[in-house]
Amino acid sequence: MLRFPGGGLMLQKDFKRLAMILLFAPFALWIVLLVVLPHIGMIRLSLREKVAPRVYEFGFANYLDFVNEPIYWNTLLRTGSMSLLVTALALLIGFPIAYYIAKLASNRTRGALFLICLIPLWVSDLIRAFGWILLLRETGVVSSFLQWSGIVDQPVEFLYNDVTVIVGLVYTVMLFMIVPLVSTLDGMDNSMIEAGYNLGGNGFTVLRRIIIPYAMPGIVSGCIVVFMLTAGSYLTPILLGGKNSSWFTEQIYNQFITRFNWEAGAAFGILLLLFTSTVIWLGLKLSGQTLANTVAKS
Amino acid sequence: MTNSPMYDLECINIAKSFGSIRAVDDVSFDIPSGSFFSILGPSGCGKTTLMRMIAGFEEPSAGDIKIKGRSVLGTPPNKRNVKMVFQHLALFPMMNVYENIAYGLRCNGVSNTEIKRKVHDVLERIALPDVADREIHQLSGGQKQRIAIARCMVLDPDVLLLDEPLGALDLKLREAMKIELKLLQHQFNTTFIYITHDQSEALVMSDHVAIMNQGQFEQIGKPQELYHHPKTAFVAGFVGDSNRWSGKVKSSDGSGGKVQTEQGLEMAFTAAGGLKIPEGAGVDIFVRPEFIHAVRQTDAESASATGDNRMEGIVDSLLFNGANSRVLVRGPQGELIEADVTLTGDDDIKPGENVYLFWSSRQAMCFASRGAA
Repeated sequence: MLRFPGGGLMLQKDFKRLAMILLFAPFALWIVLLVVLPHIGMIRLSLREKVAPRVYEFGFANYLDFVNEPIYWNTLLRTGSMSLLVTALALLIGFPIAYYIAKLASNRTRGALFLICLIPLWVSDLIRAFGWILLLRETGVVSSFLQWSGIVDQPVEFLYNDVTVIVGLVYTVMLFMIVPLVSTLDGMDNSMIEAGYNLGGNGFTVLRRIIIPYAMPGIVSGCIVVFMLTAGSYLTPILLGGKNSSWFTEQIYNQFITRFNWEAGAAFGILLLLFTSTVIWLGLKLSGQTLANTVAKS
Repeated sequence: MTNSPMYDLECINIAKSFGSIRAVDDVSFDIPSGSFFSILGPSGCGKTTLMRMIAGFEEPSAGDIKIKGRSVLGTPPNKRNVKMVFQHLALFPMMNVYENIAYGLRCNGVSNTEIKRKVHDVLERIALPDVADREIHQLSGGQKQRIAIARCMVLDPDVLLLDEPLGALDLKLREAMKIELKLLQHQFNTTFIYITHDQSEALVMSDHVAIMNQGQFEQIGKPQELYHHPKTAFVAGFVGDSNRWSGKVKSSDGSGGKVQTEQGLEMAFTAAGGLKIPEGAGVDIFVRPEFIHAVRQTDAESASATGDNRMEGIVDSLLFNGANSRVLVRGPQGELIEADVTLTGDDDIKPGENVYLFWSSRQAMCFASRGAA
């Protein structure tokens, strides 16, 4: 019988490779089946033109439609700018909360506060949106209270306007801003802040030159996640904004489901992806951060 | 006297309580201009709290702090001309070296050209003229240390506080930084207050050292004074190494006499710190290893070693550490005594040999035991 010197070693190597493959398989399956394949399908779909019933040929007609029809790209720009506004508001509201949780609260209250932030996430988006509807509709809690207290003399409709959509969206995404901020601020040594004061800085200087630059990876990471979630959200703008919301995801839905125009829907989907990716790329460039030290870290 | 500008820093009866815990308890001291002052104490003795009060991060519960003769109570930390080097330095990782040093100047509204001149000047003085454009993580431990000091010194502080900044360095670098810190202090001629639990750091660098224990100063003095003439048993035990015995005084003329230890040894002693120790008092006796001479019993007649205390013993083990080598000698009652020896590598004392230990009663420092009946 032939025996290879170091055969045991070879065997061990094979095992390692097998283990590696087994571990890697679910990830590869997920990437290929749920991310790569659908997107390839979408791209192919979006590049088909319908010339006759069941007859298609290659072309950019769907994209040209988007460019030529102002209502489409206006909706996309509106979605983008409102998402940026929501992101900015979430940052403005979330930063002080995160700072309080990470730096000022005692260890016990920190856990409790974090839990309070998490609780809304246990309820689905849909239920939360209905919660807002209960509060804000014409016969809702706020309107009834205002009538009862005599501030207004007839029911007020708070739903179906931009402010409500933005409030609802900020509420839905707040947690995704707070979590990365808390985790970066938590890693900041308190003596860094004290050094900032010790060397002569006032509260504003310390915030601007030390705390914010230090928290930048968390800020950018939170903003990316929040912007993506907002621009891609469907339920909240539809339920709180109704027909007036003009959210781009609604356009995509209409193309796919209502008008059964899968080609245009696919093109819009790809355009939304390109648009949000560009905005994020611009944001990273402007803030001098990279994906690796922001989203990948938190 | 209290308003004399001779002192950069005066602390008058300051105290700080956290709830029922008194972290700093009625501490008073003043530090002459341009000196290197250390506060030495075990961890938890309140030295960091004391320093944070001087820097303004804590308000004292009682007492007054004066900088250059002016009370700073109620002055926020960013308005005090006291700068601090933090334990982990707290350099700003998102700024480069230049910006780190310029930060304080910018806060003071200094013009850009002036900032440039000052930063380069201070980098020159700490002998790192070329690091201005480096990022903090590109610096070595010793360089970071110097940048942290430069960042404070560029602001011309009245007092520089240092909170155990050498703690994170390795031993070799720590030794080098001790000398460097002392030189920097000379060069800047600013008052340095150095907080540490490492006695060799305090003894090597300082003009004056305060020994702190349980929120109070046990003794303030020059390093030699603390080492050779400790005023309390805590100082004797904390500064330097000592052999320590507890015992009862058998005969005493007030400043010296004979004592019998709990193990039954008899030895002559001198009362330390000008104390009067009566007969029958319970005492602690400290003898430093370098004052105990170990001599082979066979060589004892010819040896010149003298001392009014003599003890027989057997060498238990040899602790070789170059010039700081020691022998552990097992005495007649089985207790271990440390003595310094000079090892020449030739015909040295070996474990198992019978030796005599000699020491002088003047080196046997004696303190009345605390809480003794």
